[in-house]
Amino acid sequence: MNDGGWLLLAILMSSLGPGLAIFFLPERRYGLRTLLNLGGSGTKLLLIGWLLLGVLRGDEYHFSVPLLPGIDFVLAADALSLLFATLSAVLWFVTTVYAIGYLEGSPRRSRFFGFFSLCISATVGIALSGNLITLLIFYELLTLATWPLVVHRGTPAALRAGRLYLAYTLTSGLVLFTAIVWLTLLAGAESFVPGGYLGDLATTHETALKVLFVMLMIGFGVKAALVPLHSWLPIAMVAPAPVSALLHAVAVVKAGAFGIVRVVNDVYGAEVAMELGLAAGLVVVAAITILYGSIQALRTDDLKQRLAFSTVSQVSYIVLGVALAGPLGVIGGLVHLVHQGITKITLFFCAGNFAETLGIHKISELDGVGRRMPLTMLAFTLGALGMIGLPPLAGFVTKWHLGLGALEAQFHWVLAVLVASGLLNAAYFLPPVIRGWLGERRTPWHEHLVEHSGPTRFETHWMLLFPTLFVAALSLLGGLLAGMSLSPLDWVTLIVERDYSIPGFAP
Amino acid sequence: MNEAAPAMLPLAISGLVALSLALAILATVWPRQAHRIGGYGAVVVTASVLTLSALFLAAGPEPESAATRVALGGWEAPLGLMLHLDGLSMTLLVLTAVVGLATSLYSLGYVHDPIERRQFWPLWLWLWAGLNMLLLSGDAFNLYITLEVVSLSAVALVAFTGTAAAVSGAMRYLLVNILGSLSFLMGVVLLFGEHGVLDLVLLEARTEIGPTERMAAVLMTAGLMVKAALFPLHVWLAPAHGSAPAPVSAVLSGLVVTGSFYLILRLWMGPFAPLATPAFGILVGLLGVAALVWGSAQALRAGRLKSIVAYSTVAQFGYLLIAFPLMLVDPEAWKVVVFFAVVHALAKASVFLAAGTLQHAAGHDRVAEMGAILRARGRTVFALGLAGVSLMGLPFTGGFIAKYLLLEAGLGTILAGSLIGVLWVVAIAGGGLLAAGYVLRMVAPAFHHGPRDAGEAVSPWMDWVPLGLAVVAAAAGFAGTLTLHTLTLTPGAP
Repeated sequence: MNDGGWLLLAILMSSLGPGLAIFFLPERRYGLRTLLNLGGSGTKLLLIGWLLLGVLRGDEYHFSVPLLPGIDFVLAADALSLLFATLSAVLWFVTTVYAIGYLEGSPRRSRFFGFFSLCISATVGIALSGNLITLLIFYELLTLATWPLVVHRGTPAALRAGRLYLAYTLTSGLVLFTAIVWLTLLAGAESFVPGGYLGDLATTHETALKVLFVMLMIGFGVKAALVPLHSWLPIAMVAPAPVSALLHAVAVVKAGAFGIVRVVNDVYGAEVAMELGLAAGLVVVAAITILYGSIQALRTDDLKQRLAFSTVSQVSYIVLGVALAGPLGVIGGLVHLVHQGITKITLFFCAGNFAETLGIHKISELDGVGRRMPLTMLAFTLGALGMIGLPPLAGFVTKWHLGLGALEAQFHWVLAVLVASGLLNAAYFLPPVIRGWLGERRTPWHEHLVEHSGPTRFETHWMLLFPTLFVAALSLLGGLLAGMSLSPLDWVTLIVERDYSIPGFAP
Repeated sequence: MNEAAPAMLPLAISGLVALSLALAILATVWPRQAHRIGGYGAVVVTASVLTLSALFLAAGPEPESAATRVALGGWEAPLGLMLHLDGLSMTLLVLTAVVGLATSLYSLGYVHDPIERRQFWPLWLWLWAGLNMLLLSGDAFNLYITLEVVSLSAVALVAFTGTAAAVSGAMRYLLVNILGSLSFLMGVVLLFGEHGVLDLVLLEARTEIGPTERMAAVLMTAGLMVKAALFPLHVWLAPAHGSAPAPVSAVLSGLVVTGSFYLILRLWMGPFAPLATPAFGILVGLLGVAALVWGSAQALRAGRLKSIVAYSTVAQFGYLLIAFPLMLVDPEAWKVVVFFAVVHALAKASVFLAAGTLQHAAGHDRVAEMGAILRARGRTVFALGLAGVSLMGLPFTGGFIAKYLLLEAGLGTILAGSLIGVLWVVAIAGGGLLAAGYVLRMVAPAFHHGPRDAGEAVSPWMDWVPLGLAVVAAAAGFAGTLTLHTLTLTPGAP
């Protein structure tokens, strides 16, 4: 343990402590629970802000305790961890507010928020992990903490989704576990290093490293929903909207993608991954996933399911960017970690608002909703256009860099995939937008929320509306202000500048 | 390093034996106060075991200086009896103390009928004293005697509620135990006849590979395998452990079975070590895989909560057998086995205690009808889930670290060029999935939509102790380095 380690621990504890306390709170202590929730997420935001400034200054943060002889539990903060940690902390805060509004009056909230906090602790733990074993610990913890949220409603459909989720994630977790133990036997329990730490092994243990890479990709690929390991994600959308937001934008799929980024950049290193032909394989898998997810999204009428398939497709942009293994591609991939997060959470919040306020679950029911809920519909439109990649929204920044990265890495066909995917995105995101604004509702709305909890001041409960507008604004600003300092793009460029020492490179 | 520690050790060892015996005798002659003697006594014994372990670690780091042999009454072996303490026995003594303390506190709430109380506490204190002496015994005959003390008090504990199921379970348990003991004793007699000594250290020095040793090894190991319920000699376990009162089940699955396994390990690391061949190792490993699959399958089918837990013991002990071939490739792996047994005992005891609380609240333990109770008793379900996570081998728990070490040893055999290592690795990893399946069967109903009913009131001890022990089982994840270090203080072991 040395300097700054306590800050990392405090960041973990800021959600773990309140989370554990919430478990033991009686259901009726609404005020105290809300205080713990918001206090915890607020504290975490402040602490991460502090850490962010420190890392920007170039300070080192490191914490380790021995777990086994030769194997340490390591927390560390580099620019990449901060990217993920900041994203999760900001979105967690917003999602907490949203969840408090969403679950008002429903039973078993103490259990829900307890596991919710555990989830975010695990996610931030993943972000701050300093080596593969620590990453594995938090990764499995995330699996366990998410399951109670997926089955929260307790309906047969929810339980089925939960079983499927566990079957996929636990199996892949074991593959990952085995791979990590094996890798540790070969290369030792090293800390993450930009450029990887395998060194000479690439020549002596080529086959073993290839097998291990595939195993690691299976392990992380299930959470990142790479085709053909994605089936759990669209089914898990039966969970409540805040949980979907958590799964799709804040924690779970991101954890998978982040794991892939760590393996490619900081364990194998881009060079070794390219030499062994592993990066090219990953590019192909990512491209297939991008197209497959989009096509499946076209075929469904259920709004949340369409968003879920869109996640399958969009998360693979991150994988694609990293697998392209050049600076521009990596910028595109990493920045999409943030852009996909804020855009997708906007869309899920909107879907939750439609469902909670008016009982709308299908795209065919969206006709004319823009007149009843204009602000939510505006947010949805921003999110949808961002996903399609229209300038100046966030998604455009991603696709621009990915395209450049593909050219740089000589993968010309990837450009075609990007264009096709953009068109498919438009094909499945424009219909709900067009229906919402231009469609016409003939029968009166079924006022679900008003019946339950009385009239609302805004178009829906303020705790549902404000978080939605906030994240929508973020996704707009992410694109508009991409050139400013401390924007996601700027931060990602910093990561790449620090980690990829390529002569003459200027983003 | 503490200069005084080695000098204090013999005194502390004799003191611990005397203390646990004194408590057992006191409770027997004064049954009306037995629960008070037991309750306070448990705290005192645990404190003295912890003191002993502190002395033991302070006397290190040389294995020879920490491990201690005490000649009772000043008579050295082979004439007198020796008490023997090393890293292995120290680790298991601490385990026994932790589970013993938890069980004692739990029983303060669980056994409340005055008559039952008078029967339970003396028996339990004898069992505990027997375990402590078993772990501190250094010669084969003493081991036999202490093993009998443990077995007979365990049988009586299974039967003490007097219900038909309990008595029939106890009868079966008794017969199996007698069979196991006789077999063990015959082996002891054979060894004594051949070499004229009973002390394990002296035996180890004199053993060569001959027909007598082989026969003795088979008899003693078979006897102990019956007692440890190692596959395929496990059939008695589920009825006995499933029908016993909850604290008794916890002790049986957590400690008594582990005690028999400890003896097997002791014998095969000591006198019988030259007899182990690779083919024999693979056979034992295959038995382990079978135990894992069969036990898990039964746990996935069982209709009663405690049966699920009991069958999971059969399955989890499969890992101990699978570890046998791994030990032949890497002798250091025996420490992994012990660590696994320790974290398993902690987790299993807390699962049994939690199951006991739920059973008490519901009045039965049929899983299909327990949904309402599970939904209302979040704290107990949380304990069940947390200990279950340790059984699955997922982080942050002790089970995860144990699984890590097992996988490491398994992959080590593959890297050493053994093809069958692939089977061990798949079994070790896949066993976690099976465990997830049966743990989920116990926990998932708590998440179903439906009515809630807290059932009968339970005492605060029964409410909180399972959770406390589950937290200890999870925290064992941070004790890996310490435990492995303690185990290296075993002279003569690899």
